[in-house]
Amino acid sequence: MTATTHDHSDHLHEAHHQKGFVERWLMSTNHKDIGTLYITMGVIGACVGGVLSVIMRQQLMYPHNDIITSGAAWNAIITAHGLIMIFWFVMPALIGGFGNWFVPMMIGAPDMAFPRLNNMSFWFLAAGFVFVMIGLLLGDGAGAGWTLYPPLDNAQYSPGMATDFSLFSLHLAGISSLLGAINFIATILNMRAPGMTMHKMPLFCWAILVTAFLLLLAIPVLAGAVTMLIMDRNFGTSFFEPSGGGDPVLFQHLFWFFGHPEVYIMILPAFGIISHVVSTFSRKPIFGYLGMAYAMVVIGFVGFIVWAHHMFVSAISTDSKVYFEVATLVIAVPTGIKIFSWIATMWGGSIEFKTPMLWAVGFIFLFVIGGATGVVLANAGLDQELHNNYFLIAHFHYVLSMGAAFAVFAGFYYWIGKMAGHPYPEFWGKVHFWTFFIGVNLTFFPMHFLGLAGMPRRYPDYADAFAGWNYVSSIGSIISAVSTLVFFYVLYAVFTSKESLADNYWGEGATTLEWAVPSPAPHHTFEDVPVIR
Amino acid sequence: MKRCITSALGVAGLLVLFGHAALAQATATDPSAAANVYVDAPHNWQMWFTTAGSPMMVKIDWLMELVLWIMAGVVGFVGVLMVYVFIRFRAGRNKVPSTVTHNTLIEVIWIVVPTLLLAVIVIPSINLIYYEADDSNPYLTINVTGHQWYWEYSYPGVQGGLDYTSYMIPDNQIQPGEIRRLSVDHPMVVPAGEKIKFVITSADVLHAFYLPSLGMQRYAIPGTNLTQWTIIPKVGTYYGQCNQICGVGHDAMPIEIKAVPLADYLNWVKYAQANYQ
Repeated sequence: MTATTHDHSDHLHEAHHQKGFVERWLMSTNHKDIGTLYITMGVIGACVGGVLSVIMRQQLMYPHNDIITSGAAWNAIITAHGLIMIFWFVMPALIGGFGNWFVPMMIGAPDMAFPRLNNMSFWFLAAGFVFVMIGLLLGDGAGAGWTLYPPLDNAQYSPGMATDFSLFSLHLAGISSLLGAINFIATILNMRAPGMTMHKMPLFCWAILVTAFLLLLAIPVLAGAVTMLIMDRNFGTSFFEPSGGGDPVLFQHLFWFFGHPEVYIMILPAFGIISHVVSTFSRKPIFGYLGMAYAMVVIGFVGFIVWAHHMFVSAISTDSKVYFEVATLVIAVPTGIKIFSWIATMWGGSIEFKTPMLWAVGFIFLFVIGGATGVVLANAGLDQELHNNYFLIAHFHYVLSMGAAFAVFAGFYYWIGKMAGHPYPEFWGKVHFWTFFIGVNLTFFPMHFLGLAGMPRRYPDYADAFAGWNYVSSIGSIISAVSTLVFFYVLYAVFTSKESLADNYWGEGATTLEWAVPSPAPHHTFEDVPVIR
Repeated sequence: MKRCITSALGVAGLLVLFGHAALAQATATDPSAAANVYVDAPHNWQMWFTTAGSPMMVKIDWLMELVLWIMAGVVGFVGVLMVYVFIRFRAGRNKVPSTVTHNTLIEVIWIVVPTLLLAVIVIPSINLIYYEADDSNPYLTINVTGHQWYWEYSYPGVQGGLDYTSYMIPDNQIQPGEIRRLSVDHPMVVPAGEKIKFVITSADVLHAFYLPSLGMQRYAIPGTNLTQWTIIPKVGTYYGQCNQICGVGHDAMPIEIKAVPLADYLNWVKYAQANYQ
């Protein structure tokens, strides 16, 4: 611990020094420590999910490859990759991690509204991770894909406990998210410092607030659907069994009523981080603040009424297709507001390309590409060709593997000094960015061509005609994996650094309240309530 | 490889002619061999759709180009703006940042222009949805049933009935002229140039009946019948694959459709009734 602390927090430092490891990390009620736990969970999730993706790309490097010889193992790997990347990497990193760390600080609150609840939501998530790993490793593994469509994952076609473990892991992750969401809503609505009206609140807090409402409304629907699946599997009900009067299509509706808002749950916090980074490194306030905040609210709302665009080739009426297509296209407008407002924020700015800014502008450009293919896929008529093929895989990895993941790294490089108290090595940060940028583009851009050629997803072996671009894609995944090693070197360098940092190490561009407290942020911030002019 | 296929197909074509001459010996040769003269399959390093095999795919290709060109314009515009901003407003060149945070006109423009672009897309797109939904007045209806891990095709309208299964040819039994992972033992055979309606369902888990070169895809859902239609003007062989995860054999249940002249189709029905069931 460095000596650069403010007077008022000295006694608190002593207080936290007295805590043992177990008490500090297993029984934590401190938003920063819990945020650190969430980020650690995110790193672990990203590593496991990432290793699974490298295994998949190795298998797909050549047609008729034999790295994975069993179809069951393949299906278990693709299922776990999807679930882990969503629930144990992107969500804990962006919402639980950066959200816990910085929402209270940005609104001038001493901690989250319900500290014990906060601890509980983390440990539910950690337990869920154990369950999803059992689902991957036990027996044949859970292999119905992350969308969990019945009848494939009912008791007849997925016998064994693995699928039950995976389903329960979603319950645990869901409870965790739900409790976290309640905590964020209560904190943001009630604990803002005097003078910080909703319309003065930093955009990251707006993003987390909208995300929390999406979680609050979407997670119970997932929980209901998963419960019905568990009942079908174990207690003889037939919610989704045609032979008992049930309907597999009902599950698709319930799943995507959760699943589509989930997409925005992953990307809205990313939007928030990008706004701060772009503003800081352009040394300009965000352009069109109110438009930016309400664009997120609109995206959140419309995100709830577009779910059946995931079902354009399933059982859906023609007129419904027209409605869901038009509603989906509408989302492009508020998303466009965000993109253009970021560019307008940079316009006239004094831009410094430090590592966080590289990740942020990388995010903006690649997210635009992913958004463009999203507009393509919104066309129900085109989905007869593109649904579930590699064009779709390319699309959602551009918005997630490049969108959400780039925002995670932007947030990491932006805030690691505030969290750890030591600077990251600028050179290696940039090496990490450029290698990852090349790696993921090489991995995912060729997938557009594979999709146009008609390659279906979730195939461990494919026709020889798809060999060329699959090879290129697998090379890209190796580059991304090596790039991740650079990231671990950066982490090592941060935690072994002896250098300390000023309160506001980014200078005048960084204006939010977390830059008014020391680096690293003391265990307790804002003992004296700050007043916002 | 390709040349090899064509010469093998030429021989098969000759056999078909003999088949015509001796209708009584329907078991001797497969009357659908005429379809072997044209193979519409994906090829390596492909960067666009496989050649359109149906009018529906022609329309999909057209709309895809329209939407992609518009979106390429948007991506290009954003890219150019960003590069300009990076050069013009980098710290070294623009030392004092502006303080502008609002401009009502430009904020209205970036709402209105994208909306207009979406309107350009949405009109042909909705027309395509209704075109794809019009499965009325087919010449032939085929019931398609997905199984773990093969397809079952039944022709309820033909005299005497026809119902058979179609399995992928395993990798180690591939013959010259067949395509690994795409060729099947008993292809579906349809008359070229006629409207075909598919009624798609599943006997177990979800599957998807997906033929990229024909622009067709529907889930096969147990307990539910979904329909899809096509017209294949050109005599030839068209390929597809299962496109909804269905268990360990998900990648091993391709679809092969042969479009043949009507007379050959009628002969093939007798041939299939004798040999496939």
